[in-house]
Amino acid sequence: MHCFYLVIAFPFIYALAVPFLYNKFNSKVHTGWFILVVPLLVFLHLLSYIPAVSSGRTIYLTLPWIPSYDINLTANIDGLSLIFSLIITGMGFLVIFYSIYYLSKQKEELQKFYIYLLLFMGSMLGLVFADNIFVLYVFWEMTSISSFLLIAYWFEREKSRSGARKSLMITIFGGLSMLSGFILLSLITDTHSIREMISKAGMIQSHSLFVPAMLLVLLGAFTKSAQFPFSIWLPDAMEAPTPVSTYLHSATMVKAGIYLVARCTTIFGGVPEWFWFVSSAGLVTLLYGSINAVRQTDLKALLAYSTVSQLGLIMSLLGLGSAALYFDVAEEGAVYAVAIFAAIFHLVNHSTFKGCLFMVVGIIDLETGTRDIKKLGGLLHWMPVSFLLALTGSLAMAGLPPFNGFLSKELFFTAVLNASKMSIFHMETWGNILAITAWVASVITFVYCLIILLKTFGGKPGDYKLKKKARKAPVAILIPPLILASLVIVIFLYPNVLAKYLLQPAWQAVLPTFAETASLQIKISAWHGLNTELLMTIGVVITGAFLYKTLRKWYVIFRYYPAALTLNNLYELLLEKMEKFSLALTRRYMTGSVRDYLVYILGFIILTVGGFFLIYGGPTFDSFRDASVNYYELGLLIGMLTSALTVLLARSRLTSVIAVGALGFLVAFFFVLFRAPDLALTQLVVETITTVLFLLCFCHLPKLKQEKTPIRVKAVNGLISAGVGLVMTILALSANGNRLFESISRFYENAYELAGAKNIVNAILVDFRGFDTMLEILVLSMAGLGVHTLIKLRLAERRGNEGTE
Amino acid sequence: MSIVVGILFAIGTYLILSKTFLRIILGTSIIGHGVNLLILTMGGLKKGGPPLRGLQEFIFTDSLPQALLLTAIVINFATTALFLVLSYRAYKVLGTDDVEKLRGCADE
Repeated sequence: MHCFYLVIAFPFIYALAVPFLYNKFNSKVHTGWFILVVPLLVFLHLLSYIPAVSSGRTIYLTLPWIPSYDINLTANIDGLSLIFSLIITGMGFLVIFYSIYYLSKQKEELQKFYIYLLLFMGSMLGLVFADNIFVLYVFWEMTSISSFLLIAYWFEREKSRSGARKSLMITIFGGLSMLSGFILLSLITDTHSIREMISKAGMIQSHSLFVPAMLLVLLGAFTKSAQFPFSIWLPDAMEAPTPVSTYLHSATMVKAGIYLVARCTTIFGGVPEWFWFVSSAGLVTLLYGSINAVRQTDLKALLAYSTVSQLGLIMSLLGLGSAALYFDVAEEGAVYAVAIFAAIFHLVNHSTFKGCLFMVVGIIDLETGTRDIKKLGGLLHWMPVSFLLALTGSLAMAGLPPFNGFLSKELFFTAVLNASKMSIFHMETWGNILAITAWVASVITFVYCLIILLKTFGGKPGDYKLKKKARKAPVAILIPPLILASLVIVIFLYPNVLAKYLLQPAWQAVLPTFAETASLQIKISAWHGLNTELLMTIGVVITGAFLYKTLRKWYVIFRYYPAALTLNNLYELLLEKMEKFSLALTRRYMTGSVRDYLVYILGFIILTVGGFFLIYGGPTFDSFRDASVNYYELGLLIGMLTSALTVLLARSRLTSVIAVGALGFLVAFFFVLFRAPDLALTQLVVETITTVLFLLCFCHLPKLKQEKTPIRVKAVNGLISAGVGLVMTILALSANGNRLFESISRFYENAYELAGAKNIVNAILVDFRGFDTMLEILVLSMAGLGVHTLIKLRLAERRGNEGTE
Repeated sequence: MSIVVGILFAIGTYLILSKTFLRIILGTSIIGHGVNLLILTMGGLKKGGPPLRGLQEFIFTDSLPQALLLTAIVINFATTALFLVLSYRAYKVLGTDDVEKLRGCADE
């Protein structure tokens, strides 16, 4: 086993130790300090893979898990998974550091928090390294579940619970559809490995199941990455503690969908369906998220919507970049492949600046006790460092120099402009709309970035009380956002270092076919002349600033949007209707009547057994084994039938009881005829006792009444009974007529030699199958005890009643 | 023989589907007989002598179904007895022998 597997297993194993660490040391040391080791070690270990991966190598490791089903723990270490895993562990380290100061060790149940967090970290790492689709799916759902647990961390709040439930419902729904998409893919390609699927991409794209498989996989990616219209869970997930929002809901988990799309680009890319679905979903989400962000008043909700919109941006870039695969000649497609590079670049940048912003908002929340921008304002004097951090984060998000967001935003514009000039996929007609949408969304992004910055820090002090004395966050809490903010600037200054070691390998991993034929090289520079992209950015700044100035005037349009039409409302309505429907459905068949249930069971027997006979050519009757019927046997049979019918038709209970007794005795006679003396003896004894018992209870049970059942019910009963009878007859006949294998009774016929018994049946019961008989006696004695207790109970009750009288 | 099994099953089923306790118990008892005969039939009827060593015959009927049946008969007796007492008790406590009236709470 390669030591690399420890990277994935380490968080899980460590999580086991957390409760002990918590119990032992929590009074003195914050549990977070112990957890900090995990992402740090994993991060450092992963760094050692950079030289190998940046030189274009891909490392595959396979560990058999369920080899008989071709499910193996195959790790795929290439540029893409490495960049994701570095973000996961790097951000993990910072977030845990941050949480040490954010979560109080006196008030919170820290062990739970860190266990969930480690669980998430491990499954996320597993997700990005997994090559087997089923392993990937398992880790995928594990991230959903750990996200659910973390959102509901403050489970005593109603909003936390509903937010957690919503996120779970939507992401699990997506996960399941992704699984079915994967299964379709594995049916097409006959492999469970993503790597092999990529090599069979042509086969998949020409298959008739291509579009359904693609849609199902995309559904998984879109729900996870909160694309429109599945974005509604992300704002509600903000009920989680801020470290969680920073980590899961902006930096890592929501990017799992992006990862999936990037991974599958080679499988699906190059066809118009994929291009249009991914890029239009991305652009719509970009626009939707940014518009909704402007109307939020809660800072975290605003950031959530901005995350939605940024994810849309990355998604649309991946979609646009997939056009490159359309061209066989690599040089021609390389122009469009830049979009993929931009997507990866922006993904890294987004993790840095959004993480920074979330952390700042968390600090503001801690210090002022509110996140409402209506109440906030004028924080500049109180929190200058936080202001600088927020400035860095929001301007990077708005795409201004000197921050890394500027670079990736420029690349985004380049990609959109390139795409709009494409001559394939009907881009002649739609290209300009694409570019305009991207530009408008960027303008709105600029507006909400200004809102974050100026409404919180600028202006007059708002209506809040600084809890300076009550809870002053330590200075150390500023370290993680400070690191992120400095990364934002460092990446701007030295983008090509990052590009060389991390981004380009990832780029090549997304487009392996290009990496072979053409060199995917790019040089990022902040200044590349006064071109269209720069003009677009300048236009964004001017328009955005103007819109922010006039915010009050056009803000009213949000009020005209009917609340009933929001996606959240739709979701609630759907949920409510589904609950009602399922309740009504269940009420319909769960009537509470024993008879109805029996009808279901018996009907099912008829359907399965009878259906089986119908489908498999009907029963075969073989008459040679039928025994000839003597006249006294015939007499017995008629006697049995008569007594059975008497039971059915009898008005008086005495008659029916006696008829059943008679039936039993006739069966005993049959046993005699069929050479079964032991059976006959037992049957006689048992039947006598049963009849006596019946007669004993007889005087206590009420008289049989003529049942007043409607004729319809009677007809159903009759039909079911006739069906059961028919099926059983056929079963008996065909069982009699067919014998698949020799009876095993031959073995028992040596009873005398084996067990020293002359009666074979007795030998079977008490010797060969002695334990069974013992258990049978147990059942019998239990029933006896039951009978005894029920009668005794009555006596006790009567005595009790007499006592009270 | 198989036809008789079928008819026994049909009558038993009909009785089970009715409402009265006594009928249901009688129905299970009849189905029990049906099952016994079915198992016996499956083993093949009347081939050779009874499964007792020491008799002249050397071909025996299948002894396995008989062993199974012996168990079945006893268990059948046990369940019938328990069911009977239970229904008697239910009648005493609840004052009805109609299964339809014995329902749980509405919002179960």
